[in-house]
Amino acid sequence: MSPRAQVYILAAILALMGAGLTIYKNVELGFPLLPGEYRTVWTIEAKVRFNADSGPAKAALTLPREQRNMEVLGETFSSSGYGFNIISEDDEYRAVWAKRQASGVQSLFYQLDVHQTPGAALEQPLDLSTEVVKPLLSAAEQEAVRQAIYSLVGSARERSSDTSTFTSELLTALSDNRNQDSNLIFGYYKNRSYVDVALLVLAAADIPAHRIRGLYLEDDRRRLDPEDLLEIYDGERWIVFEPQSGSPGVPKNFFIWQRGGKSLLDVEGGRNSGVTFSVISNDVPARDVAMLSTSQEKEALVDFSIYSLPIEQQSIFKLILLVPVGALVVVLLRVFVGLRTSGTFMPVLLAIAFIETQLFTGLAIFVLILILGLWIRFYLSRLNLLLVARIAAVVVTVVILMGAISVVSYKLGIEQALTVTFFPMIILAWTIERMSIVWEEDGPYEVVVQAGGSLLVAVIAWWVMTNRYIEHWTFNFPELLLVLLGFIMIVGNYTGYRLGELARFRQLVR
Amino acid sequence: MHLPTFFRGGLVSPFSLRKLGVLGMNARNVHYIARYNDRDKYPIVDDKLNTKRQAKRYRIPVPELIAAFETQPSRKRVMEVIEPLEKFVIKPARGSGGKGILVIVGRDGDEYRKPSGSKVTALDIQRHVSNIHSGLYSLGGKPDRVMIEALVDFDPVFDKYSFEGVPDIRVIVFRGYPVMAMLRCSTHDSDGKANLHQGAVGVGVDLATGKAAHAVQRGMRVEIHPDTQMPFADLEVPDWKELVRLAASCYEMTGLGYLGCDIVLDRKRGPLLLEANARPGLAIQIANGVGLRTRLEHIEGMDLEKLEKNVDERVAYSMDYFAAKPLAL
Repeated sequence: MSPRAQVYILAAILALMGAGLTIYKNVELGFPLLPGEYRTVWTIEAKVRFNADSGPAKAALTLPREQRNMEVLGETFSSSGYGFNIISEDDEYRAVWAKRQASGVQSLFYQLDVHQTPGAALEQPLDLSTEVVKPLLSAAEQEAVRQAIYSLVGSARERSSDTSTFTSELLTALSDNRNQDSNLIFGYYKNRSYVDVALLVLAAADIPAHRIRGLYLEDDRRRLDPEDLLEIYDGERWIVFEPQSGSPGVPKNFFIWQRGGKSLLDVEGGRNSGVTFSVISNDVPARDVAMLSTSQEKEALVDFSIYSLPIEQQSIFKLILLVPVGALVVVLLRVFVGLRTSGTFMPVLLAIAFIETQLFTGLAIFVLILILGLWIRFYLSRLNLLLVARIAAVVVTVVILMGAISVVSYKLGIEQALTVTFFPMIILAWTIERMSIVWEEDGPYEVVVQAGGSLLVAVIAWWVMTNRYIEHWTFNFPELLLVLLGFIMIVGNYTGYRLGELARFRQLVR
Repeated sequence: MHLPTFFRGGLVSPFSLRKLGVLGMNARNVHYIARYNDRDKYPIVDDKLNTKRQAKRYRIPVPELIAAFETQPSRKRVMEVIEPLEKFVIKPARGSGGKGILVIVGRDGDEYRKPSGSKVTALDIQRHVSNIHSGLYSLGGKPDRVMIEALVDFDPVFDKYSFEGVPDIRVIVFRGYPVMAMLRCSTHDSDGKANLHQGAVGVGVDLATGKAAHAVQRGMRVEIHPDTQMPFADLEVPDWKELVRLAASCYEMTGLGYLGCDIVLDRKRGPLLLEANARPGLAIQIANGVGLRTRLEHIEGMDLEKLEKNVDERVAYSMDYFAAKPLAL
């Protein structure tokens, strides 16, 4: 295979790998493609309260299970003086607080951060009994109620085609306060909640059903009681219904706490127990959300990456990851334009210094040091020093210049100039030395051309490297470097003319 | 590149350059240098001492080497060597682009005279030697060796075409076939240097006859030398066939497929190989007003493995095939 074909194949493989990883991280792990994306994170706090009977107390709260449309980012428990445990019981998780001696009002807290992942549906297998316990509706005084129930069931059955539509019809009829049957039923079951009655009617219609406890997520809500949804079994799968409207499906923003099964809260050794919820929402940078949700699952891609480094090293890497972008700028300007610079990648180093110093301060300092350095270098050249010693002398001079610039500018109140320290000293000294040779051999004009070329490339590289999109992509998707590598390889194969050559060779055309 | 001339006249389309067969820098690097020049052959041309040694083996005439210093010499040793000399050249073995070459054409008491007439002292020479040794002019700043060479006794034929400097002839040799040649004449603008981008005049030389075919300065067509006012139309390089033959034989000597040979004409010895270059520049196209690419592709199209021609056959072929179209000046 020709080297050229190899380059294209390798570049394509690299680009595909990089793009694939990027898409995976974006779609599966939720890393945002654009900077400045925010996600809503809900903080839900459950507060368990009860009056302890001055003896051993134990409270067990059912905890929400993992669900596909909600991502749990973190949870905290606070329980002063209580022993705490999470136990798994019949496919459910329960938080258990226990204390040997407790009296008076007790408050226990459980808090969790969740993030709604868009699009994902609820469906997950539910292993609950589908057995229906027929309600006892035999006593004489319940005759009227029984009639009403069966009339409701009967008319709903007439107006439906399957279990799902039947349930919808039944629930609409039940919540319609102009419906006489429904009024009669609620009149009889005065002390039962709506959902309890709905469950009873569904049982009478021989449909397996249970309640779902959960919360509507709305910002800044306090002391919320859990709300209920209904879930029925249509013979194949479980379907969720909003009990009042009878519409199927989980309502938007509904956070499911418990599906079917037992009670939400059990308290032993206490009375007047209850659980209330409060909800607040915060907007958190999307990347942090992605980091939180993935670090829990220990995604290998994130775990073996820059994010596992300490923050200090991460910020260094943030800069290092920009270097390839700067190198790309140099490659493009060299291959497609043909700009001459002093030292191939010196402009990239300059651009990095500019990032730290801000552009105009950096430019001013660089030109100042170059001029002063050249001036001193010309004097040194008259002293007949050996080259290495002379460059060392220039290094020392550059350091002294930097110190002097810092001190003088600080006294003058120009704090910006203090960033002079970010310039690579050895590079500056070598640049000064090379420039002075260019000056001697090719004249000052050539010095201006080369220094100007270097600065132009450095400014363009700086401009690209400080682009917020580029910063975001290099740091959050370092695998894009593979794409960049592939691209550089393809550019390295370019054999067409440079922009400069279109001017250089124009005499040949005319 | 000289910025004012760069911007004057704007750009031409890449298609028209392509149609004329102009070779660009990228194509040169990828198609010719990377493909035809093996890395391991580079030391032969990148180090002028190696070039000299190899040239001796292949009986190619070169300027006489007076002394070479492998290590940092004591200042005394350098002065001892140059003491009896009137004219000499000090150059770095690994310098590129003519950097670090000091030419001395005469002495005035304690001082040494450069071609431009300016003077340097013994101390200046010692410093120059020290700079060369420290690697100031070598690629990547590697420590370098100093060569002291006899000054070529230039053939006076070019005296009228060169100002304050020495002319040399660059021949591009591709797979042993000479494909293009030019004469570089220094001017007052170029400060005695034969560098085209500094303002030297590039004169395209017809491969068949050794006569000037075209001349440019800073990319602009010129008819006469700007300092001496001599018309280039009258220029003819003597010993032309011998010179082209020397260039072609550098292919065997270096093993490099794409090669630039710099040759000077000595009054008595005839053409001498000054240095060979594995990455010759593209200005030769401007000097000739002709693109290189079509010529290179013509050679590439020949089945060279089967032909196995010797130097004389190759030179004859090139002189015949690449003769300038009769448009002249």
